[in-house]
Amino acid sequence: MKFTPQDFKSDQEVKWCPGCGDHAILASIQRALPEISETLGYSRERYVFVSGIGCSSRFPYYMKTYGFHGIHGRAAAIATGIKVANPTLSVWEMTGDGDSLAIGGNHLIHAIRRNIDINIVLFNNRIYGLTKGQYSPTSKWGTITKTSPYGTVEHPFNPGALAMGARGTFFARTLDMELQLTRDIMVEAAKHDGTALVEVLQNCVIFNDKTHSIISDREVGAERTIVLRHGEPMIFGKDMNKGLVLDGMRLKAVTLGQDGITKDDILIHNAEEQNHGLHMMLCEMEWPELPVALGIIRRVADRTYDDMVRDQLTEVANKSEIHCMNDMLRSGGDTWVVE
Amino acid sequence: MPHKVIDVQDVVIRFSGDSGDGMQLTGSLFADTAAFFGNDITTFPDFPSEIRAPQGTLSGVSGFQVHIGSSAIYTPGDYCDVLVAMNPAALKANVRWLKPNATIIVDIDTFDQKGLEKAGFQTNDAIAELNIKQHNIIAPPITTLTKESCITCSVDPKIAIRCKNMFALGICYFLYNMPLKHTEDYIRKKFSKNQALIDINLKILKDGHNYAGNIQAIADTYIVKPSKQEPGLYRNINGNRAIAWGLMAASEKSGRPLFCGSYPITPATAILEELAIHKDLGVKTLQCEDEIAGICTAIGASYAGSLAVTTTSGPGLSLKSEALGLAVMAELPLVVVDVQRAGPSTGIPTKTEQTDLNQALYGRNGECPVAVMAPHSPSHCFVTAFFAAKYALEHQMPVIILSEGFLGNGSEPWKIPDMNDYPAINPPIVTELDPDEPYFYPFKRDPQTLATRWALPGTPNLEHRVGGLEKNHKGAVSSDPLVHQQMVNERAEKVARLARYIPPQQVIGEQQGDILMVSWGGTYGHMLSAESQLRSEGFKVGLAHFDYINPLPLNTEEVFKCFKTIIVFELNSGHFANYLRAQYPQFSYLQYNKIQGQPFIVAEITEAIKKLVP
Repeated sequence: MKFTPQDFKSDQEVKWCPGCGDHAILASIQRALPEISETLGYSRERYVFVSGIGCSSRFPYYMKTYGFHGIHGRAAAIATGIKVANPTLSVWEMTGDGDSLAIGGNHLIHAIRRNIDINIVLFNNRIYGLTKGQYSPTSKWGTITKTSPYGTVEHPFNPGALAMGARGTFFARTLDMELQLTRDIMVEAAKHDGTALVEVLQNCVIFNDKTHSIISDREVGAERTIVLRHGEPMIFGKDMNKGLVLDGMRLKAVTLGQDGITKDDILIHNAEEQNHGLHMMLCEMEWPELPVALGIIRRVADRTYDDMVRDQLTEVANKSEIHCMNDMLRSGGDTWVVE
Repeated sequence: MPHKVIDVQDVVIRFSGDSGDGMQLTGSLFADTAAFFGNDITTFPDFPSEIRAPQGTLSGVSGFQVHIGSSAIYTPGDYCDVLVAMNPAALKANVRWLKPNATIIVDIDTFDQKGLEKAGFQTNDAIAELNIKQHNIIAPPITTLTKESCITCSVDPKIAIRCKNMFALGICYFLYNMPLKHTEDYIRKKFSKNQALIDINLKILKDGHNYAGNIQAIADTYIVKPSKQEPGLYRNINGNRAIAWGLMAASEKSGRPLFCGSYPITPATAILEELAIHKDLGVKTLQCEDEIAGICTAIGASYAGSLAVTTTSGPGLSLKSEALGLAVMAELPLVVVDVQRAGPSTGIPTKTEQTDLNQALYGRNGECPVAVMAPHSPSHCFVTAFFAAKYALEHQMPVIILSEGFLGNGSEPWKIPDMNDYPAINPPIVTELDPDEPYFYPFKRDPQTLATRWALPGTPNLEHRVGGLEKNHKGAVSSDPLVHQQMVNERAEKVARLARYIPPQQVIGEQQGDILMVSWGGTYGHMLSAESQLRSEGFKVGLAHFDYINPLPLNTEEVFKCFKTIIVFELNSGHFANYLRAQYPQFSYLQYNKIQGQPFIVAEITEAIKKLVP
């Protein structure tokens, strides 16, 4: 059966604020699902959308799929339980920067470490929206909010770097308004076997408006971001005349044709390199020193937790002579008979 | 000189030593031998939470008490007939548990200046200082004899010396005319890869046995005849293992795969360890990053169709509170096992208590009742776990099992059940859309149980959303005041209606009369022994021991009506008594409470009752 985006829309009224970036993410995912379903042969009942708490976590209510709106920070754990219990399901975790990097940070890194085959979509608006405007673990140093009236004095997390540190196998970044790029990334995340973490730079129109506009505005976006594609040179800019090179231990932005730089000097993106050193540097690029990396930064093959759980069960069961409780209760050689 | 063999009804032996001396193993081997021989037994491991506390000190003393009998044994015994003390600290820590004529076996080698000082003795004469001269004291130089035993063997003397517990065990087997075979078999199996270790352990066990036969200190030996037990196949079982097996049995009966999300915590860890073994029966265990992930992975697994379980102890239950509320709200089956320990906070992790009852009943935000059950003996943990899972699955709700460290680590002989004798478990799984519904209504209820239906992800046309937000029957998020009131009422009523499915409360002993003793959980053996002793002395007492706490059995009020005085015994400050006051305020309740990290002793229960009688 062929699906259309409409097939994944629930009858619930979408209650996000007008202008919120979440609307675009919902649209991108609803557009991605027909292709995912066709490519992977999934029917609608195989999808489960799991979330924690926060604006982003209302997501499952708007999907005409199975859904679980959990508690704050715990979506990764709930999603893990669902996937281990039934590995045939396509499990999606919808979460925010507060939900999965503050209260749920532990579950996030452990899901990634296990490489359980779930897709995590992290809506990063660098603010607490549902509680009306407090700073989050991704708020930039000095951000003024209701709970940091004199500016924050904390280093923000970089979700990509965190994923690399936890030995993540898939990390991608996109912008809420880039519907096509987001859609394409979601398809690739679904195809990836293992934990796929997708960071979506998302605008909170009410409490942190334009937080990403320094890189996302139409006029400047092409100069301040780079869309990485596996196997292609790391070139960016309105005129595609800028690129990235390695300068000692650091990345450096260069202009083609200046200082004798040619296309051959530009790094070729290899998302499938096991060593995450360069991926980590790409994750951490920040304007104005460097363009912000979008696209699939890392995608490497590794065994998944759910596969290994399944294989171990099969292996042990095949070797065992115990097939039911009555067998088990009488096994072990430490029983005796009372006549 | 030929020894006289004297028949005794029952005997209590307490093995004690440094936490590295292998006393838990020694006690278990003695208990297993007695059980194989046909005695009824109950055991009580009593150990510190430190893995290796400073050697020779009081804080490092580890004990294992075993009570064996030729008739039914319900408690590990208040006081001991034999105390094995492998060092001065063990002797000092355990003198208070000696019966007046108890035999004491000590390793006299350890009673040197250093050993005595570490145990805090003021003089060189520990016997005089503890005032235990009247006891029969057997004081072989166990360390020296063990060293001598292995002179001819190839094992490093430092390793050989660790086998000295086998010497003490050999003495005990001689004293009670018990066969060495079971222990010998164990040694052969345990060290199957190291013949030298097999040889040295067997030799030291035998040397201890022979030593006891050759010395004058043992004039007579004893025999505890086999008890009359129902015919059948038996094994020893402890409460933690019984919980694991009961859950597995429920998984088999329900056809729902078992999933356990958990985090290691004393004294519950052994349940997770046991479940992790049984992958051949399809058991999935996930050792999580924390307690919260333990319950949340279980909730996810439950949503996806597993019999989902999380196991913990008191501090872990605190961490799981919010998620337990989610399971109540999402109306999903879940078994939460709390093996209680002494609290609050970290408390005394290896000691037993019943102080989590309030937490189990009330420890969540909002109107959030949860079914609560409590096993009453190690083997009863099997039955409790089975039925907790049955009710959770059939009624689509969380059930808390309140076990106790005393039950989890304690063991007793268990007649192995036939799974064909256990009832079916039929969770309300739905596979097709009801023609009356345009889409699946996740909170439509069964008119009898009020259970919602279980629609598993992967089932076509039943797509739906659950979660922590209040919803109406159709599954739409709602903050309508009347919807909230109705859903709160229905969730509470669903738990209350479980009372229709549980067995009525039994009363042991007098069915009516002066005094009703009331208790719950792991105190059963002590309560039963006390009740039977009191009745044999002519007291008109009955015992109502509750396995079902929320809801209470439907006939609870009828039971209480039949007695003039009700006294509630528990190892807390009165949680159950207060709960009963709230449920049945028409009665008045006396209390007997103890919060020392230790089980009751039978004598304190009988004394408390005798004080009530004019």
